Amino acid sequence: MTVESTAARGKPRRAAAQRTAAKKTGTKQAAKTAAAPGTAQAGQSAQAPEMVQLLTPEGERVEHPDYAVETTPGQLRDLYRDMVLTRRFDAEATALQRQGELGLWPSLLGQEAAQIGSGRALRDSDYVFPTYREHGVAWCRGVDPTLLLGMFRGVNHGGWDPNSNNFHLYTIVIGAQTLHATGYAMGVAKDGADTAVVAYFGDGASSQGDVAEAFTFAAVYNAPVVFFCQNNQWAISEPIERQTRVPLYQRAAGYGFPGIRVDGNDVLAVLAVTRAAAEHARTGQGPTLVEAFTYRMGAHTTSDDPTRYRDKEELAAWEGKDPILRLRRLLERESAADEAFFADLDAESDALAKRVRESIRTMPDPDGMAMFEHTYADGHTLVDEERAQYATYLASFADHEGN
Amino acid sequence: MAAEKMALAKALTSSLRTALDSDPKVLVMGEDVGKLGGVFRVTDGLQKDFGEERVIDTPLAESGIIGTAIGLALRGYRPVAEIQFDGFVFPAYDQIVTQLAKMHARSLGTVKLPVVIRIPYGGGIGAVEHHSESPESLFAHVAGLKIVTPSDASDAFWMLRQAIECDDPVIFLEPKARYWEKGEVDPSGIPGPLHAARVVREGRDLTLAAYGPSVKTCLAAAAAAEEDGTSLEVLDLRSVSPIDFDAIQRSVERTRRLVVVHEAPVFFGSGAEVAARITERCFYHLEAPVLRVGGFHAPYPPARLEEEYLPGLDRVLDSVDRALAY
Ligand SMILES: Cc1ncc(C[n+]2csc(CCOP(=O)(O)OP(=O)(O)O)c2C)c(N)n1
Ligand SMILES: [Mg+2]
Repeated sequence: MTVESTAARGKPRRAAAQRTAAKKTGTKQAAKTAAAPGTAQAGQSAQAPEMVQLLTPEGERVEHPDYAVETTPGQLRDLYRDMVLTRRFDAEATALQRQGELGLWPSLLGQEAAQIGSGRALRDSDYVFPTYREHGVAWCRGVDPTLLLGMFRGVNHGGWDPNSNNFHLYTIVIGAQTLHATGYAMGVAKDGADTAVVAYFGDGASSQGDVAEAFTFAAVYNAPVVFFCQNNQWAISEPIERQTRVPLYQRAAGYGFPGIRVDGNDVLAVLAVTRAAAEHARTGQGPTLVEAFTYRMGAHTTSDDPTRYRDKEELAAWEGKDPILRLRRLLERESAADEAFFADLDAESDALAKRVRESIRTMPDPDGMAMFEHTYADGHTLVDEERAQYATYLASFADHEGN
Repeated sequence: MAAEKMALAKALTSSLRTALDSDPKVLVMGEDVGKLGGVFRVTDGLQKDFGEERVIDTPLAESGIIGTAIGLALRGYRPVAEIQFDGFVFPAYDQIVTQLAKMHARSLGTVKLPVVIRIPYGGGIGAVEHHSESPESLFAHVAGLKIVTPSDASDAFWMLRQAIECDDPVIFLEPKARYWEKGEVDPSGIPGPLHAARVVREGRDLTLAAYGPSVKTCLAAAAAAEEDGTSLEVLDLRSVSPIDFDAIQRSVERTRRLVVVHEAPVFFGSGAEVAARITERCFYHLEAPVLRVGGFHAPYPPARLEEEYLPGLDRVLDSVDRALAY
């Protein structure tokens, strides 16, 4: 069941009314338009299951009254490839942490469908505000995966230009980026642009005041933002019950915008739901909360020990819902990929892993003086003074060595 | 309980355990403090032994943690709240500064808020952004808060007990780089005053004043200086608010030189306050200006640069040389 927007119920918005009209015509085109989530109709549709799913864990396609994606075999293979390469990159990063090349790594294992499905739903002109775990979304945005490693190796605080791929820097302070996304979206609206802004955050983050304030601002200003919550069931050691007593997507209703839960391990459903939410934003209909129901299959980060707080049975149950496995089953069922495709992808994965390994081993440490750079855009006399003092200090060692 | 050698983190666990044991009003609360025992395992085993009513896994919301700790304290509890890392205290900064620090004064003393906020702080563990900062000055500038920081296991044990017993809000800063340092803890001993500085090494030529993680660095510097024939006194301040200026004065009147060391940025840091007050108190005793060694006016750098940013042995000794050269 999707939750109707209270605002929409009180006073139907122009666009919502249009969608209703479109739905009644029953044409294919209309069905696509009607796919915008959280309409009063969707909320009332008795058959609609609580969670949008288009592909079962067994790899069978299922129908949903409000959402559909049409895919060519090539598109299915592309989604599969994205997920496989992302998982391989992630596994390689975990291995590199074990080998001491990285200080820390937050694995996305299990969340590939949530990230690839949502990432592939976006246009280049859309803008993404990630947490620290969105390696799959970064992949979709075209950020070179090796650039993600710098901050976890400790050579920088974010190694890519946010504007070259419309993919903001990772944010470690939980929830802070949801407000940035909302503000960015407010700017988009002022500019009259048809850009959707996506704020990624976790189930734990949903408790932060910043996230509640982001919802408020987005609702009040009808900002074109998609709040994409990956509910991976855990915030480090705390299960979702420590954060909420209602399904997270239902919170949107209280703010007056649509909320919807999607099977976060179903790449097709995530794609469909995110496409609709992004289009909803681009067409001036305001924010949507998407709750991607998924599972963190690995540890919180490489520093974490999940055996202390969760049991193997839970993990085993979710392994049966693996996002990559189910798409593979579909590919096989629909004969959308042959042996050569899988063999090529294996080779491509190996090549990616090798490239990642090589790039990390040649990643240079920054120069010590670099810490005095970029604190200010317009300079600062104290920084200049401290930089000069530090240079003199370093030179005093060189003098000694020279003697 | 007999004296025992244990790591600083374990001394904190032991301290929390005795506090929970001896006062049913003491609560432990924070993110992941239950089953996980906190990301540094400081609350390890406490929920198992004292239950979920007293060792509370909170929602992921620091303003919520401190705001509700204030409410619990108003209701007669003594909450010990854990903030997971230094950089994550700021969502709670509003509650700490505008509410926690001021309520006693505003109620003309009728309302007491015995809230302890434990924060692992400082760098040197190779962490990502927001996990290595030293925010003590941001709290010291606020009247109504007390700020203490142990440098060894024994102080960790006793100072946390004393902080919990204190009727004022206490920011309890834990030097995370020293969590694994072992030291003797004697739970049957008698602790000194919470806010008194302590001479941890006697010396004649210069006083190094430090606290938390920097005490060990200063002791190493003193050992190195001794080989060059220089005798350094090391003073562990232990408390950043109040600061034991009398103890610093006593030391400086003998050594006539003072260098203050902390990881926090030097600019507007606690060293500035020490320098100003000691200059005023000891003007005619000083042979050199009070020098400060600490972080730069720059965001805490990526881990691969933290050795350059932190006031390590070489930078401390460089300041010692400069002070002695006057
Ligand atoms: C303000 C803040 N408080 C605490 C932390 C420490 N911390 C890092 S990740 C995390 C859990 C986040 O859980 P969730 O939002 O569900 O995201 P997930 O890690 O599961 O992707 C916590 C408590 C932080 N980074 N920022
Ligand atoms: Mg989570």
